[in-house]
Amino acid sequence: MSFHPRMPYGEGWHKSDRQLPEEGPPFAYSDENRRRFEDIAAHYPPEQRKSAILAALYIAQEQQGYVSRHVIRHVAQVIGCTPADVEDVVTYYVMFFTKPVGTYVLQVCRTLSCALNGAERVTDEICKHLHVRPGETDATGTFTVQEFECLGACDRAPVVMINNEHWQEHQRPEDIPRFLEDLRRRGLSALSGCHLVPAGEREPR
Amino acid sequence: MAQFEPVLTRYVKEPGSYTLDFHVQHGGYEAMRKAVAMTPDAIIDELKKSGLRGRGGAGFPTGMKWGFVPKDNPKPKYLLINADESEPGTFKDHVLLERNPHLLFEGCVIGCRAIGAKVCYIYIRGEFYHMQRQLEAEIAKARAAGYLGPNILGSGQDCEIYVHRGAGAYEAGEETALIESLEGKRAQPRIKPPFPAVVGLYGCPTVVNNVETVCNVPPIIERGAAWFAAIGPEKNQGPKLFCVSGHVKRPGTYEAHMGITLRELIYDYAGGIRNDRKIKAIIPGGSSVNVILPDKLDTQASFDALVAAGTMLGSAACIVMDETTDMVWAAKNLIHFYKHESCGKCTPCREGVDWLYKILDKISRGDGEMRDIDLLLNVCNNIGGKTLCPFGDAEIAPVVSTIQHFRHEYEAYIKQGIATPADYRSASPAGAH
Repeated sequence: MSFHPRMPYGEGWHKSDRQLPEEGPPFAYSDENRRRFEDIAAHYPPEQRKSAILAALYIAQEQQGYVSRHVIRHVAQVIGCTPADVEDVVTYYVMFFTKPVGTYVLQVCRTLSCALNGAERVTDEICKHLHVRPGETDATGTFTVQEFECLGACDRAPVVMINNEHWQEHQRPEDIPRFLEDLRRRGLSALSGCHLVPAGEREPR
Repeated sequence: MAQFEPVLTRYVKEPGSYTLDFHVQHGGYEAMRKAVAMTPDAIIDELKKSGLRGRGGAGFPTGMKWGFVPKDNPKPKYLLINADESEPGTFKDHVLLERNPHLLFEGCVIGCRAIGAKVCYIYIRGEFYHMQRQLEAEIAKARAAGYLGPNILGSGQDCEIYVHRGAGAYEAGEETALIESLEGKRAQPRIKPPFPAVVGLYGCPTVVNNVETVCNVPPIIERGAAWFAAIGPEKNQGPKLFCVSGHVKRPGTYEAHMGITLRELIYDYAGGIRNDRKIKAIIPGGSSVNVILPDKLDTQASFDALVAAGTMLGSAACIVMDETTDMVWAAKNLIHFYKHESCGKCTPCREGVDWLYKILDKISRGDGEMRDIDLLLNVCNNIGGKTLCPFGDAEIAPVVSTIQHFRHEYEAYIKQGIATPADYRSASPAGAH
């Protein structure tokens, strides 16, 4: 018998919101990735290895494609902290995928400057074309669509980031079918690149 | 258009402006050479005299901030560069990092000299990975040339610069949250005091500065505080980067002094409004400041003048909305951003912003009631000033100011019971030709 009064909220009120990543296959860094991690960890004082936690997760994500519970345990062991410390970080930051994603993750900026330039229609067109909702991966496993908050390139609105690092600027909603087809066929070289520096070049246009 | 000789962005459009060779050929690292021969106090004095104010949003005097670092503290000291540029509408540090990184490194060395630090971390937002690789390559080159690393140019000053990549958290732009994130935790703010100048990264004295602020330091050292103080209006001196985006013909980063007006910024620099429409509203300092009406167009874009006009310069990100913009939709868009980015530490912010979004969503679906407008203001009143960091004040600005200026639009939604029209969703992007 609870000492709380009866709550009118119905089922699920006391349900935890804890969202665990997938268990995934067994994971350990490759030798080269382990070396890369140690190089980055050397940037911080020896007793502050935890500072390298984001870098450790990026490297793991690069190796496996997403962050699983196995990754969390391995990273905790490599850094010397608890898996809870790592899970805390993984579930806070938006750039870690906690389940498998497509080859290209399309991260469409949805915040005001991009929205004023038609970002909502960009997302709509992509979703319509791929038959998915934001957050989902298409049937072929090629594209995952995500809505992102301000990407910091508002002068090039609307902006789409791909796989956390590649950029496509001035994405017209009406060009989406061609853009997806190009990306499928030519890969990342189909992208416009970021800001003053187009992909594959080093100079402003 | 006011004539202004760019200082920070003078060479950004030239090929190879990001390289070490280019920087050295154009007088780079001279300020650093001068500074490493100066005493820390002399550097801080020069900054205080220049009147340089932080460019991240709060406008706090940089010389004073550096002066707060205790000299007798035996712990190591740290300089952190805040390159977590996430304020909606802001993309000024983007240009500096991409096209003028050595100016930043030079500023970092001078900063380290002034506060007695030997290590500097550049906290770059996760989305700027392409820049991190370039920054690290340039750091390695500068280090090989003796401009960074141990015993810089034989002066006895050490400075190591490391780039730390975040992973997508707006809140990491707040200085104590940035420190938490760098320590490998969630980016959530700390209670102040103690201030980072006394207890910061790893419990050591720490200074957190914006990229643009630090980029202003080498020119001050090189050309003198008097030169800097003569640029722009009193107490708002120095070159400033302004980002103009939204419904303008030429969105972009423009460098000017803070004596220019919003009208000059929008019409002269950014080319005016697309399709020659009228302006409906302006957000002059990133999404966290109050929306103002076009009757304030002749206000100076300076820290003090914009505060007098009821808003703030913030990160100098001017988002312009034309007469076709639906202000309830715009407020809802920004509240979606804040709802997503609230770090969850303080209850008023975490719960309040969720309620703001729910009520705005209800209104924009056409299901609103008249009392919802007052309910919105009531919720805002319970968030503002009641949180550890300025996020709480930031998230209520779009709601309070749009209700203040565009209450009739909220009422129209409620009275007519219509949802946001689907055809509102805006047309082709400005820059796509």
